[in-house]
Amino acid sequence: MFAATELNQRDKNTQTLFRMGFMLVTALLILPVLLILATLVYKGGSIISAEFLFGDPTNGMREGGIFPALYGTVWLVAVALLVSVPLGVAAAVYLSEYAGDNWFTRVINLAIINLAGVPSIVHALFGVGAFVLFFGIGTSILAASLTLAIMTLPVVIVATRESLQAVPREFREACWNMGATRWQTIRRVVLPNAVSGILTGVILEVSRTTGETAPIMFTGAAFFLPFLPESVFDQTMALSLHLYVITTQVPGVPEALPFGVALVLIGMVLLMNSFSIALRMWLRGRKKW
Amino acid sequence: MANDIAEGASPAGGPAQRGRIQATDFDRRDADWYIDQGIQLLVFIGGISAIVFIIGIFVFITKEGFGFIFGEMDFGQFFTSPRWRPTSEYNPTYGILALVAGTASVTGLAMLIAIPFSLGAAIYIAEFATGKTREYLKILVELLAAIPSIVWGFIGLTIMNPLIIKIFDVPIGLTVLNAGVILGLMAAPIMTSIAEDALKAVPDRYREAAEAMGATHWQVTIKVVLPAARNGLLGAVLLGVGRGFGETMAVLMATGHAINLPSSIFDSVRALTATIAAELGETAVGSNHYMALFTIGIFLFVVTFVINLTADLVVRGVRKG
Repeated sequence: MFAATELNQRDKNTQTLFRMGFMLVTALLILPVLLILATLVYKGGSIISAEFLFGDPTNGMREGGIFPALYGTVWLVAVALLVSVPLGVAAAVYLSEYAGDNWFTRVINLAIINLAGVPSIVHALFGVGAFVLFFGIGTSILAASLTLAIMTLPVVIVATRESLQAVPREFREACWNMGATRWQTIRRVVLPNAVSGILTGVILEVSRTTGETAPIMFTGAAFFLPFLPESVFDQTMALSLHLYVITTQVPGVPEALPFGVALVLIGMVLLMNSFSIALRMWLRGRKKW
Repeated sequence: MANDIAEGASPAGGPAQRGRIQATDFDRRDADWYIDQGIQLLVFIGGISAIVFIIGIFVFITKEGFGFIFGEMDFGQFFTSPRWRPTSEYNPTYGILALVAGTASVTGLAMLIAIPFSLGAAIYIAEFATGKTREYLKILVELLAAIPSIVWGFIGLTIMNPLIIKIFDVPIGLTVLNAGVILGLMAAPIMTSIAEDALKAVPDRYREAAEAMGATHWQVTIKVVLPAARNGLLGAVLLGVGRGFGETMAVLMATGHAINLPSSIFDSVRALTATIAAELGETAVGSNHYMALFTIGIFLFVVTFVINLTADLVVRGVRKG
């Protein structure tokens, strides 16, 4: 009585066909990228060593290491974080805890979406027009980091807002009922429960900032500098721009060198993203509510 | 905190003890109240910062391009001439048509590649994959989306370029094809994520109702889930277009950077974004060339603004409906 009819069988076959088709498409999307990454490891892996990571570039950047670029990238990211994390968290707290559901909040959300969607080179133009020229900061780490901070601000806002909203409303209500002010509630109840979620967002932002090139090209990153930056008003080399320079601007660079730089860059980015994802999954597993 | 709250809840000599309740008894303008107001102002400033910045971007790039728009610029020439010769000594021309064509052809090809693949992958992840496979695929897609654009450009230049020359037997591999594939691979993971979210947002009761009527899994997917998620999927595509349009480093390195109205995918082209990135460093601040590059920036800003606005409206439409 429950034996499969011919129609059942046909449906089942179609089902398998569809399943396989979509699986194939997914594989075709992911496999080429994995192959490319494998090529990067294959061609650049051999050059990576302590001297490469901590040595200075020599012979017009055709030999030697990448330390000044790595060091500069850390500077740029750190200064950008100092600006964007407080600002982004404040914005998220406002949107999640204070803002009503009205046209003004919609405008803010729209601004955030657009800030994330503005091309990176337009952010660079803004950095040049505003920080380098108008505010007279000049091409410096500060100008480049401010540009990066504004560009990656949406990442912090969105991640923080999500983790704030994941804190149940009952937690806040319980706290208000005890007579706590809004800020006391946020500081003692909402933020502590959301802090790890905010952290995953910050790590994502670090990863994103590390890889950006266009916004820093004209605002503070230099092709080559014989010295390390000493303050935020100095220019600096950066890993992403260094990859661009030795690939396109310097003739006669041995093949392994740019592959090594690309590998370091992508390794840093993927490591940070993996860490952020792992943190997020661990949090989800241990959630108390 | 426990102390603060205890004091706040029953202040010494509170209303009950005085017999008559007065409005001032509930006035809690103590230090905590002022701190609360101060913080509210601070986070409000953070909240409006996004608006300030987006307006700031427009104001400052317009300020730098202003002198060109109301001076040298010939609107007809700017949008319809394919000749971008800003450094010509005798007769500099500022036509962005070839650059627009470069950007459009690369983005178009990228979308031709990315749309079917990302939607297919999103459908597989959201509707067919289960358990661990789904988790791993989602993580993989998220990681792929994180690869920096400069690395993509490097891949286009060093891996795709010789590959295209070899496979198609063409003299140069830095072409629309190269940049289109690179941009497609680059945009697909993000589009997959957003599209998957859109499919996930379709309530399970839709699927259950269709299955209860005897529909098979793929019938449910094609006839129920996809139409229900239509707006979200369209939003994903639009965001992909926006991303392709604004991408800078990858197209700078993979297109060949030659001013050209492309007639086939084996032509080198040059993109709007790449032009700014390649030339801004060589121009004198305030020169016509410099201001013309900012004018391209204004054009990019306005177009991406419209794309993002449309995407937002489309996605919002699905939530209301």
